[in-house]
Amino acid sequence: MTGVITAQQSETLQRILDEFKGTQGPLIQVLHQAQDVLGYLPAEVQSAVADGLALPLSTVSGVVTFYNFFRTEPRGEHVISICTGTACHVKGADRMIDILRDVLGVGLEETTQDRRFTVQGVRCIGACGLAPVMMIDDEVYGKLDRKRIQEILALYE
Amino acid sequence: METIRLKIDGREITAQAGQTILEVAKENGINIPTLCHLDGVEDVGACRLCIVDVHGQLVTSCTTKVGADMDVQTQTAPVKEYRRMILELLFAEGSHVCSFCVSNGGCELQDLACDLEMHSVRVPYSFPRNRIDATHPQFLIDRDRCVLCGRCVRVCAQVEGAHTWGFAERGSTARVITDLAVDWGQAESCTSCGKCVESCPTGAIVRKGASNAEMRKKADLVGRLTERREHE
Repeated sequence: MTGVITAQQSETLQRILDEFKGTQGPLIQVLHQAQDVLGYLPAEVQSAVADGLALPLSTVSGVVTFYNFFRTEPRGEHVISICTGTACHVKGADRMIDILRDVLGVGLEETTQDRRFTVQGVRCIGACGLAPVMMIDDEVYGKLDRKRIQEILALYE
Repeated sequence: METIRLKIDGREITAQAGQTILEVAKENGINIPTLCHLDGVEDVGACRLCIVDVHGQLVTSCTTKVGADMDVQTQTAPVKEYRRMILELLFAEGSHVCSFCVSNGGCELQDLACDLEMHSVRVPYSFPRNRIDATHPQFLIDRDRCVLCGRCVRVCAQVEGAHTWGFAERGSTARVITDLAVDWGQAESCTSCGKCVESCPTGAIVRKGASNAEMRKKADLVGRLTERREHE
């Protein structure tokens, strides 16, 4: 295995595979643990899992793409969840997404090159009074505008 | 082998334990419409068109084994209505415009629409716009004509053993893919055997070079292949 994952991660993956070898229906549990360790499931990890469990690659990729939980793209250190629910939509969620794209250079469901931030859209987070709202990890930030977004992001630099 | 007695559409029928309702119906000349069923590969009950009424419950006849004293109804009004609805949803989900299709006149979906007397579609069409993948030297796939029956996926895995075809995602974005969603022409595991082409019930997977209404498929090819293997 070369490229996206380190030798150490590759070893950990092998340990997970060994642990589940011979058990019944281990695929989802193996993928779950692999994603915990690696953060995401790129093609080469799917290949290694397929080899390790003696399953066709098409079966592994079918399961990975079926569940929202599994990711094939890396995630940033911080996840920015921008609310696109009704209240935030009316209060300019689209504009906030444009501002984030200006500042970070990425749109929805994308991760910055330095892997610091992943931006995702979410439905209502129950803070409509503060619209437009975003969350960074578990922290909620409301009444957003360009200036405030820049100030908030600076906290995470 | 254990013999089972059951009723299909009021007829007393004898069957072997382990047979499916669909198999027994076929042997006795009772026609049940199917789409995802293909002789030679496992049944999965994906399309739901072969539903029948068993003691008031709707079951897929391709995956339900016969049982003693079963009373199977294949042609009740509700069963026919459900089948027609399923078919209309399939038509609305894709882009099945027969007059523009290579498989016009040789299409199982089209045949079903005629057999089940589908005269209109009661739900709005979704007009998908998938890119046609014509990167393979001999074949192409137009996913707008795919009904997700999975016959290509099963024949590729269970008969050819290549596992090139697979499913990706789910719901309205579910689709069949080659390898890890690469272009078909770049799919390393594909042996170009063409069994997916012959097994595809519609004009989704076809041979290149066929024009309107020129594509004819050998849907019985896989069944004959597997039968010959068993006799060896």
